[in-house]
Amino acid sequence: MRLLDRLRMICRSLFQRNSAGAALDDELRFHLEQQITENRAAGMNEIEARHAALRLFGNPSVVRDHARETWSWQWLESLLRDVRQGTRRLMRAPSFAITAIVVLALGIGANIALFTVVNSVLLKPLPVAHPDRLVRIYEAKSNGSFQDNVVAGGCFARWQQQARSFVQMGIMQATTYNLAGSGQMPEVVHAEQASWNTLPMLGVHAALGRLFTRDDDRPEANATIILGWGLWKRRYGGDPSILGRNILVDLKPYTVVGILPEWFRYPEARMQLWVPVYHERSHEMMQMFASHNFDVVGELRPGVSMAQATAEVSTIQRQIRQQNPDGPVNDAVNLRPILDGQVRDVKAGLYALLAATGCLLLIACLNIANLLVARAASRRRETAIRTALGGSRVALVRAQVVESLLLSLAGGALGVALAYGAIEWLVRIRTDLPRVDTIHIDGITALFAAGCVLLSGIVAGMVPALSARDRNLVGALQESSRSTSGGRGRASMRRLLLTAEVGLTVVLLIAAGLLLKSYRAMRSSELGCATHDVLTMSVSQPRHIKTPAQLAAFYDVLLERVRQTPGVTAAAAASDLPGQGRNRDDVYTVREHPPLPKGAVLDAITRFVDPGYFQAMQIPLLAGRSFTPEERLDRANKVIISQEMAREVFKGEDPIGKHLLVSIYAPAPTNLEIIGVVADTRTLPAADPFPTFYFPLLSGEENSIYLTVRTAGDLAAMAEPVKRVIASIDGNLPVADVMTMDEIIGRAAMETSFEATLLAAFSALSLLLASVGLFGVLSFLITQRTTEIGVRIALGARRGVVLRMVLFDGLRPALVGLVVGLLAAAAVTRYMQSLLVNTKPLDLVVYVVVGVVLLGVAALACVIPAWTASRLDPVQALRAE
Amino acid sequence: MGKPSDLVQGTLDLLILKTISLEPKHGWAIAKRIQQISGEVLQVQQGSLYPALHRLEQQGWIRAKWAETETGRNAKFYSLTAAGRAQLAAETENWNRLSGAINLVVQES
Repeated sequence: MRLLDRLRMICRSLFQRNSAGAALDDELRFHLEQQITENRAAGMNEIEARHAALRLFGNPSVVRDHARETWSWQWLESLLRDVRQGTRRLMRAPSFAITAIVVLALGIGANIALFTVVNSVLLKPLPVAHPDRLVRIYEAKSNGSFQDNVVAGGCFARWQQQARSFVQMGIMQATTYNLAGSGQMPEVVHAEQASWNTLPMLGVHAALGRLFTRDDDRPEANATIILGWGLWKRRYGGDPSILGRNILVDLKPYTVVGILPEWFRYPEARMQLWVPVYHERSHEMMQMFASHNFDVVGELRPGVSMAQATAEVSTIQRQIRQQNPDGPVNDAVNLRPILDGQVRDVKAGLYALLAATGCLLLIACLNIANLLVARAASRRRETAIRTALGGSRVALVRAQVVESLLLSLAGGALGVALAYGAIEWLVRIRTDLPRVDTIHIDGITALFAAGCVLLSGIVAGMVPALSARDRNLVGALQESSRSTSGGRGRASMRRLLLTAEVGLTVVLLIAAGLLLKSYRAMRSSELGCATHDVLTMSVSQPRHIKTPAQLAAFYDVLLERVRQTPGVTAAAAASDLPGQGRNRDDVYTVREHPPLPKGAVLDAITRFVDPGYFQAMQIPLLAGRSFTPEERLDRANKVIISQEMAREVFKGEDPIGKHLLVSIYAPAPTNLEIIGVVADTRTLPAADPFPTFYFPLLSGEENSIYLTVRTAGDLAAMAEPVKRVIASIDGNLPVADVMTMDEIIGRAAMETSFEATLLAAFSALSLLLASVGLFGVLSFLITQRTTEIGVRIALGARRGVVLRMVLFDGLRPALVGLVVGLLAAAAVTRYMQSLLVNTKPLDLVVYVVVGVVLLGVAALACVIPAWTASRLDPVQALRAE
Repeated sequence: MGKPSDLVQGTLDLLILKTISLEPKHGWAIAKRIQQISGEVLQVQQGSLYPALHRLEQQGWIRAKWAETETGRNAKFYSLTAAGRAQLAAETENWNRLSGAINLVVQES
């Protein structure tokens, strides 16, 4: 019954508000009339009776408001009223509204975009079974010098046998295979060699067919292969009859046993072939402790912590080291969550960018708050009148916050659109990001966006609302009627906001400056070889098919034909190029030197090069000679070393004629004579030179090479003729990774370039915001002080003094902000260390440049209002009263 | 604008419910009646009376009806609902208990 009554009241309050409001007015009027009637009966005249009744009654509109407040939906009504009034107020100042909305849209949009990336790449669990229990296991050094080394097959075998902390472990290695046959172009496909249990451990089921069994994963088993969904659709037209058929992989037949589901993309989407690793790799390789090749994934037993598992496997690894004191065998392990293993390289950069966008949004909010404070100041009289008429404090604050929420909502809507565009751009440009294909806006991002909008609305609205706390009503009314000098309190609030803005801007500028400097260091650092007008491409022969003699003959023909191609000025071939990272290294000893101390090893980067390589790539020969075409196959017992290796190992000696013992052509070390020393090259644009040794490509040991071609003409136009030459030698050879040397360097510097560009854009934007804020505050202060300045000038103040006074007034917050910002940057940029190459976080040049730029921009923003002030005509200023 | 301090918090509801329990009354009459019965001690301010009436109505304890007064003007008459009657009984009992307790304390010391 009562529930029904209440429901009826709620409905009536909602749908009959106007008539209910009229009824309330009538009810109160009736009360007043009764009182007047009574007063008249007591003998007062008409007017006296009315006044006495009103005195007794109090403020009728306040009584009415209080009564209305007890109704349901009152909150909705006042919200709607605030929204209506707020919209109207904003429409009256369109330039302010548009500025504010655009500023907020940029801030919110950048945050949504970056958060989407961080969420998709770093936070969302990998789509595998038990993402919380799957870990990557790396070999490490107990002294901490090496943390994430790839794993030797023998170590893995021992761990798998002995470790109790794991349900199971899988071993895998990324590689590429040549896919040929079925009447299509040959192509190079990225592949993963993995133990049979790896895919089930990751929680995958075959979309078609089956996964590997233990029997497939043996050297003597039939060759089997699993295709990725994308490859199956693209190359085989999604034909299910491919199951059980043989396909040519590195020119050998493999039976297709299964197709992986479309969603599966571990470790990367481009891995489109899976083969059993124990079938592919020799038994010896899988038992070695010193040959580090593999990635290991383990599934922790429920309840076992990472620390426990690390301790257990480290103990096993320490025993392996004790039993194998010689050679590069590690003595500890390092565990990482499986996701961390994927994304640790990009983590620091993405978080730095997210922090930067956070700063940008904060600066945007402070700027809006600043503008709102100015608006509140110009509405001071209106506010005072509303308060005098009985408007409550809460209602005034609410109106202010609703206004800024309206701005942030509009800004947020525009920001989401911006974020869509930004994400599309980002996904296109950052192809190097792991999990880049999973980046899209989802529920969590939407929630984040809503949070951004709400927070920025409240921050921007609360600051001015709270600063409007002056209780002195009469003062406000009088002051605004005289308009001499407007609220000092508000001005100081605006200065405080400005200081914060400038401080944040300085931090962003410095971060951007450091990254730009680091990027320049990377781009300008010399690789140590020809980089302009050099085209490179990879050519791989199927492994284990051709004999060394066949391979050497192929390289002879290839280089000869390419060199004869019109336009080609030089051509060379090598197993790896400078700038492509450190792909292979081997340990060695010097025959002429005493044995190394126990446990110590010498290690150098391994490269196979053709005799003309150093000349073609313009790598200076410092001593001795290069290989000759006759030093091939069994006669390839010569080696050339890099300057760094000569410096490090042959201190003061002449290395030419000395001998190295290296297990490069056979498991037993071969005796190789040093015939030359060449200048250093770098594995990455900013890496320090590392000892490197070069072996003859004509030894026929390498089946996969990079061909480099130099030309005086158009580089891009050279790719096709060279490809045709290769096809004319062997139609089944796929050519991949066609790139210029400059592109290789660019790719290595891409992450830094991306971060530097974005940060520079963010900091430029915030500099603009801060200077607009500075300009706005100063102009506002001067309008407020027009009379005062007019009086000063009338009384004889020199214009120069006025100029200086106003200028200083504006520059003070900028100066304080600069100092605060510099200190904050010094504290914060430490965390950027891992992003910086050849650049210290406390780079003096960057700090000085930022300081000068900021002061310059601040002075520029202040000089115009200051100039206007000093040009004031006192007569006009005083007449404006 | 000020809130009434001359009435114990919450007792205004009880007074209103009690006053209209015999017959429906409009706001002015309720205020007058409370003033008369209390021997001019309890002055109900309009600023408290009408918000209280509207709140009680929202809660479903009283209902309002427009009717003619003896002078022929339309006025809003409030009467108790069934729920209001139960509420009046509960609040009366509560008040008796409370005032008895206060009396005990005051007389004791």
